[in-house]
Amino acid sequence: MQIRPDSSGYFGKYGGKFVPETLMTALDELESAYEEAVADPEFQRQFNLLCTDYIGRPTPLYYAGQLTARAGGATILLKREDLAHTGAHKINNALGQGLLAKRMGKTRVIAETGAGQHGVAASTVCAMLGLECIIYMGTEDIRRQASNVNRMELTGAEIRPVSSGSKTLKDAINEAIRDWVSNVRNTHYLLGSVVGPHPYPMIVRDFQSIIGQETKQQVQGIYGRLPDYLVACVGGGSNAIGLFHPFYDDKQVKFIGVEAGGKGIKSGKHSATLVTGKSGVLHGTKSYLMEDEHGQIEETHSIAPGLDYPGVGPEHSFYKDTGRATYVSVDDKQALEGFRLLCDTEGIIPALESAHAIYYAAELAKGISEDKLIIVNLSGRGDKDLEIVAEALGMKK
Amino acid sequence: MSIIADVFKPNYKAMIAYITAGYPDQKATVKVARKLAEGGCDIIELGIPFSDPLADGATIQKASYYALKQGVTPDACLEMAAKIRKSIATPLVFMTYYNPVLNYGLKKFCKKCVGAGVNGLIVPDLPPEEGLELETITRKAGLDLIYLLAPTSTESRINVVASSSRGFIYLVSLTGVTGARDTLSLELAGFVERVREKTSLPLCVGFGISTVEQAGQAAALTDGVIIGSRLIQLIEKDATLKSLKSFIKSVRTELDIKKNTGRY
Repeated sequence: MQIRPDSSGYFGKYGGKFVPETLMTALDELESAYEEAVADPEFQRQFNLLCTDYIGRPTPLYYAGQLTARAGGATILLKREDLAHTGAHKINNALGQGLLAKRMGKTRVIAETGAGQHGVAASTVCAMLGLECIIYMGTEDIRRQASNVNRMELTGAEIRPVSSGSKTLKDAINEAIRDWVSNVRNTHYLLGSVVGPHPYPMIVRDFQSIIGQETKQQVQGIYGRLPDYLVACVGGGSNAIGLFHPFYDDKQVKFIGVEAGGKGIKSGKHSATLVTGKSGVLHGTKSYLMEDEHGQIEETHSIAPGLDYPGVGPEHSFYKDTGRATYVSVDDKQALEGFRLLCDTEGIIPALESAHAIYYAAELAKGISEDKLIIVNLSGRGDKDLEIVAEALGMKK
Repeated sequence: MSIIADVFKPNYKAMIAYITAGYPDQKATVKVARKLAEGGCDIIELGIPFSDPLADGATIQKASYYALKQGVTPDACLEMAAKIRKSIATPLVFMTYYNPVLNYGLKKFCKKCVGAGVNGLIVPDLPPEEGLELETITRKAGLDLIYLLAPTSTESRINVVASSSRGFIYLVSLTGVTGARDTLSLELAGFVERVREKTSLPLCVGFGISTVEQAGQAAALTDGVIIGSRLIQLIEKDATLKSLKSFIKSVRTELDIKKNTGRY
């Protein structure tokens, strides 16, 4: 495995620490604390134990026979992160950072959330570890993901609605960063994706890499070989990096990241950052982003709140430029098709975010032979999305 | 010596004013800048509005959002600066987040700044670790790149900023974002002392200074004070700018009373 990012937090030309001075010391402290924790067998033992007993890992690698048959081509396997405690991969990182926060002596945890999955994961872990938890969430997302708001409140988090800008994930991150600037001494910012200033993209990736590590073992155990394709949806990109990263040096394994095409790339109302964006600085990191001609960050759109973000992790930007991964987009309508397809063929209700990857994988499978293996990261379950789906399908009538 | 560094003299406390460029409109910005200069401001900071101002509190967020809605762009800010420069000699500094400058092109932006009569840049999300390229370009162009320090800055970070900041060092008075507060941060005195031990650069303090009394207290410890959100509020409340003028005058008087305190 290659050592990346470099000591300044860069993946090639992406990454870094573009934050107010107030936070620079906290980032240095976080990096040292993380390095110490990783080297401490007791921290590792505790993390692994809770991965098993609290999250329910390893999650299965499921042969989606009916989906494979329907697509009529390559074999499709699903990495079932939807079966993890709280219903999405977000818990892996929330657990890791929660333990880290506790180890650093922080008493207060803040987090942002879009779809609410990270908020629920953070709130849950904080309840278990006895930490105060505050969640910033855009008012538009609070409306769209009400069931997750209830879950956060039940597990003891305080929800702070954010009504600035597009009232979604980007604005929730702005507000969380402002809180962190103000309360940095006793507060850990539990960032939920592989974005933000160094060391976050590295820490979140490492905690999420358990997805790819398990997948590798499972696919080799069952099929005796590596897969041909890994497919995952990309908003900030944590579930995708978690799956991809452990396969980085296995060059025969192709990575495909699926971004949100929203109402269509041409409409401008989408969140396909890597497909359409260019390099810039947002939320403390240099990466691809969606901006207007004057460098102002653009408002984004996706039916999946977890993908509705104008930035993306720096490691993905690096994968794109070096050609290690390919990034494509799937629009709202296609994602809904993917959603129904999985409900229909497998009796699994996917999160709308993951439905983007399902749709793309089914299309991809059609064109290739059945001896090829496609693994899709089913990053979350879709209970949270029933209202959005009903609304969207109702509108179509 | 730059014209920004020239502002700092023995027995003198500098008054630095921040306004969001294009708030409430572009004409008003030019007019406000003139009033600020007449009222005895030594440096004027023009904020280039950005969609995601994460170091700013509610007042400047709102002003930035409003200015952006009016279509204010970096080019429009350069034009405002050029207009201001025509009528006043006060040093002008752009306060801008990094992305709009990066998008503009660092070299091109700095060249345009010089052309418009701007003398320096403050980029709150660009610590020295990430600022090497802009530092080189601004140095060549003759612009001062002013870095910030915060109460959370360690001794080693103070050394890094002290060796790379030009014109002065911007001390963030408190652990937080911009915006008015009831009282001055209790940790300010100790913080200023820590920085003073490491550098002879002028130190100016901002964030959370919104009253004449707070300005006086902060000035007694440093070489100058930076006031922003309060000015925006005064502009918002009283379009005749009379309130702004009288506030600035009171601050100037208070700073002159404090002129013999502190280092100079």
